[in-house]
Amino acid sequence: MELLRFATAGSVDDGKSTLIGRLLYDSKAIFEDQLEAVERVSSQRGDDYTDLALLTDGLRAEREQGITIDVAYRYFATPARKFIIADTPGHVQYTRNMVTGNSTADLTMVLVDARKGIVEQTRRHAFLASLLRVPHLLVCVNKMDLVDYEQSVFDAIREEFTAFASRLDVADMTFVPISALKGDNVVQRSANMPWYEGASLLHHLETVYIASDRNLIDPRFPVQWVVRPQATSLPDYRGYAGRIDGGVFRPGDEVLVLPSGLTTTVAGIDSYDGPLEEAFAPMSVTLRLTDDIDVSRGDMICRPHNRPTVGQDLDAMVCWMTERPLQVGDMLALKHSTRWVKAVVRELHYRLDVNTLHRDEESTTLNLNDVGRVSLRVTQPLFYDSYRRNRQTGSFILATEDSNLTAGAGMLLGPD
Amino acid sequence: MDLGLGVETTGQYQMSHLRAIESQSIHIIREVAAEFERPVLLFSGGKDSVVMLHLAQKAFWPGRIPFPIMHIDTGHNFPEVLNFRDRVVAEIEASLIVASVQESIDSGRSVEEAGTDPSRNRLQTRTLLDAITEYKFDAAFGGARRDEEKARAKERVYSFRDEFGQWDPKNQRPELWSLYNGRHRAGEHIRVFPISDWTELDVWQYINVEGLDLPSIYYSHRREVFRRDGMLLSVGPHLTVGSEEELFEATVRYRTVGDMTCTGAVESNAATVDDIILEVAASRLTERGATRADDRASEAAMEDRKREGYF
Repeated sequence: MELLRFATAGSVDDGKSTLIGRLLYDSKAIFEDQLEAVERVSSQRGDDYTDLALLTDGLRAEREQGITIDVAYRYFATPARKFIIADTPGHVQYTRNMVTGNSTADLTMVLVDARKGIVEQTRRHAFLASLLRVPHLLVCVNKMDLVDYEQSVFDAIREEFTAFASRLDVADMTFVPISALKGDNVVQRSANMPWYEGASLLHHLETVYIASDRNLIDPRFPVQWVVRPQATSLPDYRGYAGRIDGGVFRPGDEVLVLPSGLTTTVAGIDSYDGPLEEAFAPMSVTLRLTDDIDVSRGDMICRPHNRPTVGQDLDAMVCWMTERPLQVGDMLALKHSTRWVKAVVRELHYRLDVNTLHRDEESTTLNLNDVGRVSLRVTQPLFYDSYRRNRQTGSFILATEDSNLTAGAGMLLGPD
Repeated sequence: MDLGLGVETTGQYQMSHLRAIESQSIHIIREVAAEFERPVLLFSGGKDSVVMLHLAQKAFWPGRIPFPIMHIDTGHNFPEVLNFRDRVVAEIEASLIVASVQESIDSGRSVEEAGTDPSRNRLQTRTLLDAITEYKFDAAFGGARRDEEKARAKERVYSFRDEFGQWDPKNQRPELWSLYNGRHRAGEHIRVFPISDWTELDVWQYINVEGLDLPSIYYSHRREVFRRDGMLLSVGPHLTVGSEEELFEATVRYRTVGDMTCTGAVESNAATVDDIILEVAASRLTERGATRADDRASEAAMEDRKREGYF
């Protein structure tokens, strides 16, 4: 059984909670005691319906204020797949939360109200999914029951969305007409929309092909930890533990270690369950090398003819996530792969309006929830790929040096 | 092609969901070992901490786990669980720290709650925070899962605690990709939850696949019990059976491991991991809703305890 992570976002009234509630309920991931608790709170508040948002609104403040503050993670499984939903709120800290939820998502689900069509939030949502390079976009045209299941409504929305999305970089886009409330095309194909020939929403989630989304071409192994048991039974054992962030490794492969630039071969790939014939992204394994060369945490094992970019001058799209604005000259801590370095902001090229995609080149700051293109200089060379080529070796976070807060998320613009 | 994944391989270069979350957890555990000076792994003997300990073994194999294991001993534990703890720790040659709630009470750091059959659930927080201070731990691994409880569904993998050990749910650091921010000042620490993304069913499937040993109380057995607040509690030294409470023998098992005073048994014939997987898959009650009095206090019982520094 495979794992699919997907992100959703939306406002209170677009039916997102109803849809998630239905997916969870139909897959038996909601339990009776949870449902009873939600029903109890709903009736205490005097709601005339059971507010399924209460299932995901876990914090006291959220329940009291009736808003979602933070990303909530929900889990369900069908016989075909296990699903992790990153459910992000529609209003508060929208960009920050959407970027967070999308950073690990295989798929983003965009909800469009069939009566309202594409609104500002729809565009913002699609843009952030493309910025984070979520490989699959699933556009659910919801509330089809309220437009008499009219094909023309669905077609018009699809055309408008497709036209807008042509300005974005979206690899795979699918449209499904649904009614979350009535259940049309959610789990089963609906008899109310015989003109729709695609799969139901759940069937799409179960079958969308995600195996080729990972980078299996560029071998990248950032060293996390050096395993040296120093036990009498293993006197000379030295292994390099890490997670494969790209490509495939096999014993006998010629490899190059950065920053030393020395080459050697893979002597073996070890795991607790025994030696492996090959290992691929995103497996966590331990590599042994033939030659006794100096390798430590923060180093990168790659191939002599397939290396990441090595550099101290970075160009990136940055999403800013804290109150104090980002300015040229700021000094920050930066984590990329398995190393922390210091970074200074050299240039802010433009601030991007996430609603209109307009580039404001006059802007001198990035404020909370802004996205912009930034040049940074770091204290030590990083071994990186462009984010479009590799989401692991192409991403970084920024933290403030005094308060240690996670202040920004960066996506590297590489040479390709 | 044998990837060491056996029948779980779902296709070429594809990982099963269990291997995917396993790899994610191992990555987290290694990051913590590398970036913190003094991590500790909190071990209760419950199934989640058993899985976490197993993942830690895998992360550093063939080396040993490079940090100690700590048990917060309430003095109200099931004897089967304490025996299990000592056996496991000896097997993997780990170093064990036992922090005792009874000692916190005896030294005046904690005060036993009033009333009959006081729960020591809340008192664990003081003992835990004191031990973290005493040993200067800067990271503490916990086996909490996001599917367990709705406040936990919002908690980060790296959960920042201030100098008082408090969690501030409205002011959490955003967590992107697998780039964790463990930066902190002296006196602050990070709670780390490497199995955040695992569900109860994942845990049982993994125990099955890996053949992990568990305390015997997880499996169906005969036990003398009585009913209180809709839960089946075990007869034992820390509980006073009231005159209206009727004792009877039942075939039960435990879905969670906590104190004897607040952990209820469920009637079950599930005697093997396979039986339990079927039972969990068909269950319509969450494990905490079914068996934990400590979560029933209020809608926000867990959130309130976590704010104070609970697990």
